[in-house]
Amino acid sequence: MSAYDLYLLAPELSMVALAVLLVLVDLVTTNKRALPVLAALGLALPLIFSLMLWFDLSSGNPMQMHGFFNTLVVDKFSLFFKFLLIAAVGVVILSSTDYVQKFARFQAEYYALMLLATCGMMLLASTTELITIYISLELTALPIAALAAFMRDARSTESGMKFLILSAISSAILLYGMVIVYGFTGATSLPQIAQQIGSLNLSGATPFGSNALLFGVVLMIAGFGFKIASVPFQMWAPDVYEGSPTPVTQFLSVASKAAGFAVLLRVFYIAFPTETLSFDWSATFAVLSALSMTIGNLVAIRQNNIKRMMGYSTVAHAGYILVGLAAVAARTPGAEATIGPSGMLFYLGGFAATNLAAFSVIIAISNRINSDEIDDYAGMARRAPVLAAVLTLSMISLTGIPPAVGFWAKIYLFGAAVEANLEWLVVIGVVNSVVSAYYYLRVVKAMFLSEPTSDERVAFGVPMQLAVAIGFIGTLAFGIYPTPLLNLARTAAGVLLS
Amino acid sequence: MLSAVVFLPIAGAIVIALFLRNYSHARIFAGAIAVADFVLAVIAFAAYDTSAGGIQFVDRISNWIPGLGADGFAVQYLLGIDGLSAPLVLLTGLLGLVAVLASWHIELRVREYFIWLLALQTGVMGVFTSLDFLLFFLFWELELIPMFFLIAIWGSDPKSKREYSAMKFLIFTILGSAFMLVGILALFFSTGTFDMTVLPDAIRSANLLLPAGVVFAMLFVGFAVKLPLWPLHTWLPDAHTDAPTAGSVILAGVLLKMGGYGMFRVCVNMFPDVAQDAAWIFAAAGVINVIYGAIVVMRQTDLKRLIAFSSVSHMGFVMIGLASVAGVNGMVSPLGLTGAAMQMFTHGTITGLLFLLVGMVYDKAHTRYIPDLGGLAKRMPFAAVALLVAGLASLGLPGTSGFVAEILIFLGAFKPMAIPTAIAAFGVVLAAAYILWTIQRVMFGPIKERFADITDVSGIQYVPIALLVIAIIFVGIFPSIISDVFASGVEPIARSLEQVAQASLR
Repeated sequence: MSAYDLYLLAPELSMVALAVLLVLVDLVTTNKRALPVLAALGLALPLIFSLMLWFDLSSGNPMQMHGFFNTLVVDKFSLFFKFLLIAAVGVVILSSTDYVQKFARFQAEYYALMLLATCGMMLLASTTELITIYISLELTALPIAALAAFMRDARSTESGMKFLILSAISSAILLYGMVIVYGFTGATSLPQIAQQIGSLNLSGATPFGSNALLFGVVLMIAGFGFKIASVPFQMWAPDVYEGSPTPVTQFLSVASKAAGFAVLLRVFYIAFPTETLSFDWSATFAVLSALSMTIGNLVAIRQNNIKRMMGYSTVAHAGYILVGLAAVAARTPGAEATIGPSGMLFYLGGFAATNLAAFSVIIAISNRINSDEIDDYAGMARRAPVLAAVLTLSMISLTGIPPAVGFWAKIYLFGAAVEANLEWLVVIGVVNSVVSAYYYLRVVKAMFLSEPTSDERVAFGVPMQLAVAIGFIGTLAFGIYPTPLLNLARTAAGVLLS
Repeated sequence: MLSAVVFLPIAGAIVIALFLRNYSHARIFAGAIAVADFVLAVIAFAAYDTSAGGIQFVDRISNWIPGLGADGFAVQYLLGIDGLSAPLVLLTGLLGLVAVLASWHIELRVREYFIWLLALQTGVMGVFTSLDFLLFFLFWELELIPMFFLIAIWGSDPKSKREYSAMKFLIFTILGSAFMLVGILALFFSTGTFDMTVLPDAIRSANLLLPAGVVFAMLFVGFAVKLPLWPLHTWLPDAHTDAPTAGSVILAGVLLKMGGYGMFRVCVNMFPDVAQDAAWIFAAAGVINVIYGAIVVMRQTDLKRLIAFSSVSHMGFVMIGLASVAGVNGMVSPLGLTGAAMQMFTHGTITGLLFLLVGMVYDKAHTRYIPDLGGLAKRMPFAAVALLVAGLASLGLPGTSGFVAEILIFLGAFKPMAIPTAIAAFGVVLAAAYILWTIQRVMFGPIKERFADITDVSGIQYVPIALLVIAIIFVGIFPSIISDVFASGVEPIARSLEQVAQASLR
């Protein structure tokens, strides 16, 4: 281990240091208000390190920097996700500041756990080795289980328990899949796996050329499917989303999902890239995508609790994003399809901004009215015009209507699928976004059309205003001028395609 | 220039949202914006040079959003008008102003109301002026949310009904545009461009990803929902009936024209060969709309619903005009197409006026139930005369704009599509019947006692009515001021149709 290795790992290390610092400061200070300020400002450190690494990569160095015996890789792909995760956790911390009063005693632990989980996700985005992937996954899952149970009421405990057990099961399945792949190829490093598979000269008779590999890959898909909450591994999402403290839900829906897709892209792009293999996994993802979109959207219609609805909505969005993954592989031979992965990254960025905005508003409102029922949002447009406007924009963005970023995100992903000759998937996708319009606009309807149940204004503090503003500006600005995010996504995805 | 026409209303909406706290200030400001936008639209229309033809007043940022993939996914910001869109821009400016003036008496959530109304104006203007297909789609979708709110908040009672109508409008339109998006993307990946000015040629030489008929059908459905064609029309009576007066004016006046415009600009212009094969579908759809709409009108007792169905009937004539693309022996006369375009313009002004007057009648009489009305002409002479003008124009009386459009359609479509045209012409007879009957029941006859102290239109209400009456009569007497522009826009389309027809004859 050299100093260079430590430098490459600096964003993650500083994240852990920040978490430890928070717990220590908590021991000596009585002013709990200082904690979120420290946590939010402290995020500057991993952000600066990530930026330094980005500029190193831009200034003529190789496309990737490897460290820790090739288990760690720093490239623009992983840095894209580091930026995304740092931004996400920053907004989540800001929007937690009022909410944490509900469990005033353990604030420092709450922030520390969140930072540790983020650290795991950042690692997840920057590793190319199966064992490290597994460890990083565990590092994200355990703090989240604790966070989900943080309220210590029946609901919250249930959701923590549920998350813990189901994520343990999915980890076991994932591990099993990894073991089989390792047994088949004799390698745990993703590039080496690809090399081995390439030299094995697989026949096209069975999917993936061999039953062993088929079994292994399917188990791995199942394991990752849990992480991104795609059908049929979505069962946990609505319950956990509903029961967890709302900021944790926000964190789950944005950060956890992004990290899941990061690792999914990396594994399938680096380890199973050959022509025949990618056709096979593309078909798998196309089916998962169609199921996720359809089931997520249809069930969301029936929900009355906004957190639960958002839970199903993220299942549906996992489906939309998987369209990009399916399009990656089904490309016509010869022609290089590049819209898929960059479209996915763009979508994840836009989705993050949108969901951060939406959940910040939900938190702000539930802090005041103590309810997450959609019917209780009645007349919010008059009680909190700003919040109502932001939530409306988020809902419009999730539906995919301009001028919000969700519009471009959908266009790019569906475009990728058309390019890859997956028109049937696009038709399913667009019909699904029609279905989704119904339930997203139900929230808008409640806020704007119903009479308010009380005249009390919904006020919220400065950190919350900041969180709402960041989400709102991201959603609107990238909706009107998506180019910067687009270029970023393109650069990041370029790593996978080289 | 065109960017100003398009973005002035939304800029006004933002100013109202952020700075104008006072209701009456917001209203006056919205009025000023609408007047300014109308003036700009008039200037754009008047300055359009028909002898030069083609696309004019181009605003272009060629690399608005750069390509995403290696092969590019570049989206341009490209605005421009040709002979087809210039009159529609004028129409939108006119009806936008009418809508704002017609809403002067709104008391519920005034600022919000004008914000949505102005945002809607931007969406529609954008559709008529954008020449990049993705930009076109963006504006197409942009118009949804404002209209949704206008119907759902300021629509007629009861609440559940107007919310139902708003949601129905939204779901239908978004479903149509969903298919449209697939078509647009398929075209892009076949030809590598979203530019609507080069797409017609690009499609001809490209190897399409999907069969041309399938792409055509997807786009066609998107526009057919908006137009609306039977059986996709069911959102229309609900939405029109429950929208506030200005909402109905805009819906009937310009939103439906987006569908018709799409048929011209995309379906016929980009797929001349498929359009010729599908001409019988145009004709059949048109006939069904005309006759079905007219028959259903007869059974309506709600005044607004009645006019809504008459819109279905009249928009059918647009399809009849479009059916003339079939041509005769390789000759395609631009007459029918010009007529169809004229019909869009005149229907916009006429139905706009009808909805405006019905809205005023409802405000005074508090009912739209026809059997409860009667004899209003005695107390509301001005409204009665205006309604008579609108009605006579609607049934196509010579000297009004409605006549010009319909006669052009029949002249153009009769040769290639004799039987459908003959049947559709019967729709004019039905129109005469239902319109005269309706006016008689509402305005004439003995006056009901409870209308004894009802008053005529007053104050600012004269302005929008007068604007539309002038437009109807002026275009009726000097139709060439509009039709020449349309003709110059339709001319190249007809020529390319002719080429295709002659190629297939050989």
